[in-house]
Amino acid sequence: MTRLRARAASRLRGGVVATLLLATAVTGGCTTESRLTAGGAPQRTSTVTVLAAASLTDPLTSLARQYERAHDGVTVALSFGSSTTLAQQVAEGAPADVVAFAGTPALDQLPKDATDQGGRATIARNTMEIATPPDNPGGVRSLADLARPDLDVVLCASTVPCGKAADMVLSRAGITPHVVSREVDVKATLAKVRLGEADAAVVYHSDVVSAGDTVKGVVIPTAQNTTLDYPLVWLNTKPDTTGFAELVRGTEGRAALTRAGFLAP
Amino acid sequence: MTDAAEPMAAEPVAAGRIRAAGGTRLGLLAPAGLAVALVALPLLALLLRADWGHVLDHLADPAVLPAIRLSLLTTTTTVVLAVVLGTPLAWLLARAQGRAAAWFRALLTVPLVLPPVVGGVALLMAWGRRGVVGGPLYEAFGVRVPFTPVAVVLAELFVAMPFYVIAVEGAMRSVDPRFEHVAATLGASPWRSFSRVALPLAVPGMAAGAALAWARALGEFGATITFAGNFAGRTQTAPLAVYVALERDPQAAVSLSLAMLVVSIVVLALLRGRWVR
Amino acid sequence: MSLDTRLCVERSTFTLDTSLAAASGEVVAVLGPNGAGKTTALHALAGLAPLSGGHVRVAGRLWEGEGTHLPPQARSTGLVAAEHLLFPHLSARDNVAFGPRSRGTSRAAARRRADDELDRLGIGDLADRRPSALSHGQAQRVALARALATDPELLLLDEPLSALDPVSRPAVRATLAHRLRAFTGVTVLVTHDPLDALTLADRLVFVEGGRVVQEGTPQEVVARPRDRYVADVVGLNLYAGEATDGEVVQTPAGPVVTAGHEHRGPSWAAFSPAAVALYLSRPEGSPRNTWPVTVAAVELAGQTARVRCTGDLDVTAEVTATSVASLRLQPGLQAWATVKASEVRAYPA
Repeated sequence: MTRLRARAASRLRGGVVATLLLATAVTGGCTTESRLTAGGAPQRTSTVTVLAAASLTDPLTSLARQYERAHDGVTVALSFGSSTTLAQQVAEGAPADVVAFAGTPALDQLPKDATDQGGRATIARNTMEIATPPDNPGGVRSLADLARPDLDVVLCASTVPCGKAADMVLSRAGITPHVVSREVDVKATLAKVRLGEADAAVVYHSDVVSAGDTVKGVVIPTAQNTTLDYPLVWLNTKPDTTGFAELVRGTEGRAALTRAGFLAP
Repeated sequence: MTDAAEPMAAEPVAAGRIRAAGGTRLGLLAPAGLAVALVALPLLALLLRADWGHVLDHLADPAVLPAIRLSLLTTTTTVVLAVVLGTPLAWLLARAQGRAAAWFRALLTVPLVLPPVVGGVALLMAWGRRGVVGGPLYEAFGVRVPFTPVAVVLAELFVAMPFYVIAVEGAMRSVDPRFEHVAATLGASPWRSFSRVALPLAVPGMAAGAALAWARALGEFGATITFAGNFAGRTQTAPLAVYVALERDPQAAVSLSLAMLVVSIVVLALLRGRWVR
Repeated sequence: MSLDTRLCVERSTFTLDTSLAAASGEVVAVLGPNGAGKTTALHALAGLAPLSGGHVRVAGRLWEGEGTHLPPQARSTGLVAAEHLLFPHLSARDNVAFGPRSRGTSRAAARRRADDELDRLGIGDLADRRPSALSHGQAQRVALARALATDPELLLLDEPLSALDPVSRPAVRATLAHRLRAFTGVTVLVTHDPLDALTLADRLVFVEGGRVVQEGTPQEVVARPRDRYVADVVGLNLYAGEATDGEVVQTPAGPVVTAGHEHRGPSWAAFSPAAVALYLSRPEGSPRNTWPVTVAAVELAGQTARVRCTGDLDVTAEVTATSVASLRLQPGLQAWATVKASEVRAYPA
């Protein structure tokens, strides 16, 4: 997993590059980058380490940048991955100040005393949606279409929240799609659709929104859909930890999350 | 010097030499020991942290056997293809001179240094449903390469073939060209001279290269997950299974890792006795 | 003529330009100092090195020249180098059978031929051995058998005995001499060992700096060397000069009195090292050929020693080991060298 400085991450977006970075996030090791400050005046320099679900990549990146702009000398180090992996890393002692998960089950994997020092709040909700390439080569119009054997469908691995949610939606609808791959996280899943290698994927609504016009969304009706809560956990009460958590929970955070396609909690 | 003086003089010299060697040895032993520890420790930790009581249960998981089977199948195919295609290439490179050969050699080393994930993306660009080759293939025949075992082999070949070619080229380069000169004067065509003289002489190098390529293919993760995806029984190789298992049940991942360790050691041991020293 | 060739090859340090001709069954020895272009010449004949000019014609067939270049496998040659270069993964028999097999002979016939060839060289019992289980001398015989098993029109021997130890060398040389007598093709033997050349060759060709400096039968060459290197090889002292009268050859370093000669003009004067006597002081009643010299090197070989001396005239003397001891001959020593006029031969240059 590679930690990306918020600035760098936001600059490098778009199809292949994003795929590269996200895919590297799967394999690499952990590094914490320190930031050189420009000003000569004495400054508070500190780093807030944030581990977040891959689906939160865009809103948290822009919020981190916002926080850094407002607090000279503070670096918000971001790392995105599957919630399951992140929770495990925290449990194994990975340094983290703030974590944000897709779905609440990952909370169980955190150490029991994780929130003793800090606190937790739900920052957003998300629903599932079908993503297809912009030209929708498979002609997907509804969830029922996913049962067609000629469609190549990719899902998240059943071990990560987006995969669990997709499985739940599909099994409730009684649909067994022709799954060609179970990707390690939601961004990797979406990348396969963006590259046109798969005809459809069941991903978060927010991912469809943040992917812009590189994918087409096919809405899953509420009756068939499921909703995930996004918990934010701050693990200590250092000023920048709580400061950043408050930014995410506040109106600016809400606005960024809404823009990214998340629902209000 | 008289005969009697020699042993007398030799003794202090020898002692001094041993002392000096002792100092040198210590200076070498410390970093050497550290090097061993850095490699051995994680392997040892795998053994120590394994949940031995449940290893068999973990390996009985329905996802495990297909993953190991797929890994063995694809890596074997990869090695066979690397030998069949890579040996002639290694030979041409070993006997080629000039700029073109240097460029080909440089091209071949790229996958060695390229992050495997980048290789996976490159493979998608080439063989994907909308890829340079994969696109027309899909349009004309409806053949989709990604998400298939073929894609796994392509990914493994991409990373392993260069290992093989570079190793074998080195072995073939060290085959004395005068053997081929002699073969030619005896009436052997270039092909016969290659197949009957150069090739047999390069066999140990080819075995070493094949072992290297196999090991690299077995460990292949990044290019596979990017290009071939992850689907149990079809494209989920053992390393991918380990990674996915890690999210569900870390102890199962440890058990699977142990199984891979055993398979690797067995294969390398089988090769070692015969060719790889 | 069965071999008729002019070899022109450009090399970084020199240009090889050598003509060779030989009849069937003849052995031509090519001699010359290191770097003279001998191996290059052999490779050019085998087709392993391209010619920049000239031609190779063997048994009336054009192998190279006039726009033709036959690749090595299309020529009928056999090559034996200093190292045996036996294929290490094949038995002696399969090594020898490799040539016939390559030229389309059936496996059984090729093996029969290999066994015959090995038998002729007296090593039939080694047929099943790998090269690593053969001594140097044995391996070199197998290499010879391999080169001959294709009945080549042109046998190329590149210092075939030079890597052998002094014990096996005479034995292999004898085997080679015996086998070559029965060989009907042309043999080109490259060597720097005069003994090889004198015992094996029908004709000697001396090459220096890529050019032929002298050629002839061994008898002719030994009797009348026409080049310092040739003289060195055959072990003669040789000086170029001018025959001004019937008993003196004027060399740049002074007169050399000869046994008497008829010719006038450019001339060689030659005498054997054994005819040279060395003295620590100017000898009494000086012979007419007396030169002050400095000892440069002493090489002991059995009961005799070759003493190389420098001076106005460079002289090599052959003296007994006893005189080396009694005169305490060693490099740097000042001495006098004398030669009786009756020992000096002169012949036109």
